[in-house]
Amino acid sequence: MGIITSVSTWLIPCFILFVLIVATWKRLPTYELFVEGGKEGVKMAFSLLPFLVGMIVAISILRSSGALEAFINLISPILLFVGIPPEIIPLAIVRPISGTAALGMTTEIIDNHGPDSFIGKLASTMQGSTDTTLYILTIYFGAVGIKKMGYALKVGLLADLIGILASIVIVTIIFG
Amino acid sequence: MVNIIWSLMAVIGIVYAMVNGTMEQVNKTLFESADEAVTLSIGLISILVFWLGIMKIAEKAGILSMLAKIFRPLIIKLFPEIPADHPAIGYILSNITANLFGLGNAATPMGIKAMEQMKKLSGSDKASRSMITFLALNTSGLTIIPTTVIAIRMQYNSASPTEIVGTTIITTFISTISAIMIDRFLYYRSVWRK
Repeated sequence: MGIITSVSTWLIPCFILFVLIVATWKRLPTYELFVEGGKEGVKMAFSLLPFLVGMIVAISILRSSGALEAFINLISPILLFVGIPPEIIPLAIVRPISGTAALGMTTEIIDNHGPDSFIGKLASTMQGSTDTTLYILTIYFGAVGIKKMGYALKVGLLADLIGILASIVIVTIIFG
Repeated sequence: MVNIIWSLMAVIGIVYAMVNGTMEQVNKTLFESADEAVTLSIGLISILVFWLGIMKIAEKAGILSMLAKIFRPLIIKLFPEIPADHPAIGYILSNITANLFGLGNAATPMGIKAMEQMKKLSGSDKASRSMITFLALNTSGLTIIPTTVIAIRMQYNSASPTEIVGTTIITTFISTISAIMIDRFLYYRSVWRK
């Protein structure tokens, strides 16, 4: 398990090293390119803002009223029996439906349980490792005018289910 | 769908608070959490600027197209209906490499171009086999470095924000392989039924 943790720590610095060496070798204006790309990051953070506010407020209402806890207590005997942490269920439900909504939930879970808690790590992995099926199907099929989706939705949702279960199993094995 | 879920969360919360007398807490968190969400979004700027800056250099240095070359044979095998020299393959490769590095904004236009090319090949308004395979790949994640998640973990003072990179890669790998297998299975099943 130590290997996976050190890959996590080494991957990004080594990638940056590689990029900078190749770019300098090719005599590219590295700093100017960095600044140019960075400007998109500012835009991206601001475009996420309304989504995060909307989602985090809605979940906070649900949590502070006590309704979320009541719901989790209700379903937890079944989930704990099969080894699924009940706190992750709201995120697992929303993940295939909306990416920004799921990001809001992940944030709320990390805020509530701490980024280094088991649930925090699980939410982080789940958020990072699957993409929003409904969004992708709507955007891509919509853009080219495909009306009959065939078995596309089935493939996407089944893959999401496997991704969600896989993240629970993998995080349990490595951090559990 | 997300509209219903979003409204329901707030409605259930407020109604539950009415019944259980927790309205005071709800009223308090309402404004606190909005404030927190704004602070968080602004805090995300640091990582997003840094990472997108590095990725711009990577793109211009040809590292993304280097990767595309490595994946090319694999992609040609995955899309048997697309001729190997067809432009659709190029767009599919750019979409996948952009996704791998968490460049969602760059991946989407490439993905749409790939879909346009695939539609030209099939010439109907029904989803073709290649389109579904392509979307299966996209919906299963394809992330190596989950930038936004790392940024959020940093904002909440994680002792090791990048600790989840390893588990994310393993999980993505599993879900991508499963997506391809499910896609193949459902395709052959639809052929047998005809």
